[in-house]
Order: sequence, then structure tokens, then C-alpha cells
Amino acid sequence: MEPSTASAASPTESAEPRADFLKVTQFNFHYGKKQALFDVNLDIPQRQVTAFIGPSGCGKSTLLRNFNRMNDLIDGVRHEGNITINGHSIFDPKIEIIALRRSIGMVFQKSNPFPKSIYENIVYSLRIAGQNNRRVLDETVERSLQGAALWEEVKDRLHDSALSLSGGQMQRLCIARAIANRPEVLLMDEPCSALDPIATAKVEELIHELKKEFTIVIVTHNMQQATRCSDLTAFFYLGKLIEFDRTQKIFSNPAQKQTEDYITGRFG
Amino acid sequence: MSTAPTAAPEDFFHRVHTANSGRRALGNRALNVLCVVLALLTLIPLVSIIFLLLKRGLPLLNLDVFRLLPPAAGMSGGGFGNAVAGTLIMVGIALVLAAPLGVLSAIYVNEYAPASRLAHAVRFVAKLLTGIPSIICGVFAYAVIVLATGGFSAWAGGFALAILVLPTIILTAEQALLGVPKAFREASYGLGATNFQTIWRIVLPDALPAIMTGIMLAVARAAGETAPLIFTALFSQYWMQSIKEPTASLAVLIYNFSTLPFEHQVNMAWTASLVLVIFVTIANVMAQVIFRKK
Repeated sequence: MEPSTASAASPTESAEPRADFLKVTQFNFHYGKKQALFDVNLDIPQRQVTAFIGPSGCGKSTLLRNFNRMNDLIDGVRHEGNITINGHSIFDPKIEIIALRRSIGMVFQKSNPFPKSIYENIVYSLRIAGQNNRRVLDETVERSLQGAALWEEVKDRLHDSALSLSGGQMQRLCIARAIANRPEVLLMDEPCSALDPIATAKVEELIHELKKEFTIVIVTHNMQQATRCSDLTAFFYLGKLIEFDRTQKIFSNPAQKQTEDYITGRFG
Repeated sequence: MSTAPTAAPEDFFHRVHTANSGRRALGNRALNVLCVVLALLTLIPLVSIIFLLLKRGLPLLNLDVFRLLPPAAGMSGGGFGNAVAGTLIMVGIALVLAAPLGVLSAIYVNEYAPASRLAHAVRFVAKLLTGIPSIICGVFAYAVIVLATGGFSAWAGGFALAILVLPTIILTAEQALLGVPKAFREASYGLGATNFQTIWRIVLPDALPAIMTGIMLAVARAAGETAPLIFTALFSQYWMQSIKEPTASLAVLIYNFSTLPFEHQVNMAWTASLVLVIFVTIANVMAQVIFRKK
């Protein structure tokens, strides 16, 4: 697992990947009176892995949760500035929040499979869209589980409860569930923080595979993880984006003193 | 990497043992014993109720009590089939009225607008009403239904019981919904589900066992209430013909018979009590078996 460089991205398919697929412009975010993000500007390229690092409470998860507007579920939040995905503003009143969340998969810190079967977990996003065609569902389950490198382990017990899986398998199931709908973007909020090193290695390997197809943003507290699986790294501190660059550059020769202090473990 | 000087083991244990350790160990044991004794004490009334019910109620318990009408004062034989039917029907009416209303209110209060004024008001009133004496529900139903419709009826009885159990259903259902992990909701919203889909497909199925437990508690309470029914359904010596007429119930039968000076009637009141307890138990066990989490 080498830290990948720019040349590793973009398979031959489709158009050139867009350099500002996710574009954050002058973005401020408030929880009630408390401001959590200050004037963030960020261009996240298509089909690459971007890691958000920084100490707890620095706003990285807040920004991540803005991409699919999960923060809408919290009372009393407001924002200024804009975020666009492939050129479309996610705050456009005409946009359907349901459609937005369908095109952005999310994996949470603590794996959260529904108390249903493995199969029903994966087809949930299809069923809520009214898709009940058995063949389509079967295909989706196989494709998503293959995509999440879980198929071989569970293909014989698809109808067992998802809660019978191990912690690492549950998290990969959540990844499979998140990609079942073929989203454009995959958001991962500390996906490995509750996993043991072996399960973590599997998920990281998976991230390498997934970036051929998806634009991935991952929040992590684990510096090694950022170097192992991301192409770009953004360092946040106290709600501000301090530095954003190629991961190699950030970890070998950061431009900012604060970044250097953080990655060398002098604070945070 | 502490390099604290290590004391010899016997030294260490000696130090631990000194400071009042004998007294503390004694206090600890005394408290343990006290807890066990008190737990056993609480069992005494519960077990003796069941014992007494079985002892006094079993002798008259046979299929006839479900098929026959209550014996007239001083007569022997007979049963209380009409009271069993009346209780089942009135509790049924109460559930049909109160369960959907209560569960939907709880969904509104917990899922749609937890911080709204209406939600606060519903919660406050529900908490207030759980403590309301059941006789007041009876008087209320008497004023609203019995006087308005011109007579005692099964449906007035069901209405009174519905009011009685509504707060319990709302509050237990709300607790049940609160118990559904936030992570399930997040996952569902994150996959593009609407509010309705999240509630219907994820939250409700997960909360169902606890909601059903609350409803069964309500059934148990409603089935045993006498005061509201005296004001609303009254009693009847006959089989029920429609829900618009006075109706017998186990609770009122127990009340009536247990105060009579005839031994047979008093024994029958014990049997009716036993039947009531068996019903409530069956309903509880069934709810737990059917709605158990897989």
C-alpha cells in the first residue's frame, strides 16, 4: 500500500476527472451561536481520495456532513458561502435533498447496519426509491458486496441478520450499502476508528479500489491512515482550513508551521 | 514507565488491610444481606396474591363459567360469560381508540417536532394525565357520552378506558422511540430516505416490541379498572346484544359479587379475578413472543 500519487487516479473510462468536483467556497458554518467553520475554500478532485485531518472539534466532520446536508437534521444551524458538486450548488432550493443524499454515500464512524438481514441492508436505498424488482435487487447485492470485498464471506448467508457479522464486516457492509445506489461521492467519517488493525487494513485496501469509481472524502484521526490511503490531505484547525495539498507534500514538507506541529505530534 | 519502589507483598497487603478495612467489609456484607432480604420481602405480597387467587378461584373454574350467565343473588351455579365478553369488547374498543392515537402522537412528539410547543404540551398533558384517578375518566365519559347518548353502553365504557390508557401509551411509545439508536436514523437519512420512510421502515420496526409492551401494560390496566365502567357501562345480567346497551365486565362483576353476602357469589368473584389475571398474563406473554426482537 504505497501512498498514491496523481498518476494513480482516473481509469480510462469516461471524461477527464474534474479537479473541482466538490467545490467549497467561502464557507462558514454555525451551530447556533458557535461558529464551527471559518471561510473554508477547497477544491476536491474527482475520483481521488481526500483526507481531512486535524484535532477533535476542528470542523472536519462538520464540513463532511455538509456535503450531503446531514447537518440539516440539527436545529439552529446556518451557513454562509457555497458548496457545489460537479458544478451544482447543494444549497440550491430547487435541489431535492433526497436526490442529493442518494448521489452521496456516507459511512459513519460507528458501523450502523440496520437490524435487518444483510440483503435488506444493501437494498434499502433501492427499496425506498420504489425499486422492488427481484433481479435488480439481487444484482445490486452481489455488485455492492463484491465492491466492498465482502461477497466471498457472506454470499451463503445473505438473509442472516447483519448484526451477526463481525465489527469489520459490519463496517464493510455499511460501505456496500453506501455504494449500492452508485453514488458519485463517498463520505467516510473516521470509518476505521472502531476497527482492529486487520479490519482497518481491509477497509483501506477497499478505499484504494473504490476510488477508481468514486470521489472519496475521508475524515481520519490516524495520520498513518491518511498517508496510506489518500491522494490529498486537508489540515483543519479551530474551524479553519490551514493547509491543503498533495498528501506526500503535507507529510514530507508542509508549508505551515501548525501543520508540521500537528503531524509531528506536537499538539492535538 | 514508572519505576516506583516496589514494596514487599506482605507489606503491601498489610497497608491495604489497616485503614478500617474490617469495618468496611462488614458494612459491605450487611448491605448485601439487606438487599436480598428486601427483595424477598417484595416477593411476599406478589406471591401471596397469586396463591390466594389460585386457592379461592380454582375450585369454580371450568368451561361453564365462560358459557353461562351470572347466577341471581342467592342462587348457585352459573358463570360470567357475558362479563368476559364485555371486558374483551370494551378493552378492544379502548385499544382501537387509544393505540393508534397514542402511538401516532408519540411519533409526532419524538420524530417530527420534538422541540415544538405542541410536543411539549402533549408531553406535559400526558404526564399529568397518567396520575389522574380512574374514577375521573369515568365521570368524564359519563358527562360526555352517557348523558349525551342517553344511556350506559359498552362504547361509553370503552371510551372511558381509552382516555385512561392514552397517556400511558403515549409515554411508553415515546420512550420506545427514544430507545431507537440515532445511528439508524442517520444511516437511513444518509441513504436518501424521507422522514416517513425512516420512521416506517427503520424506527417503528425497531421500537415495536417496546411499544407493544406499553400497549399491553395499558390493556392490563384497562381490563382491571372498575370505577370508570360503573359510570359508563354499568352492568348487565344478560348477553350483550349491541355496544349501545349496558354491558357486564369482569371488574364490575368482581366488585358486585364480592360485596354480596352469599358464599357462592363471593367464590365466583375469586374465580373471575383469576380469569382476569390469566387473560392479562396471556396477553402479555403473547405480545412478548410475537414482537420479540429477532
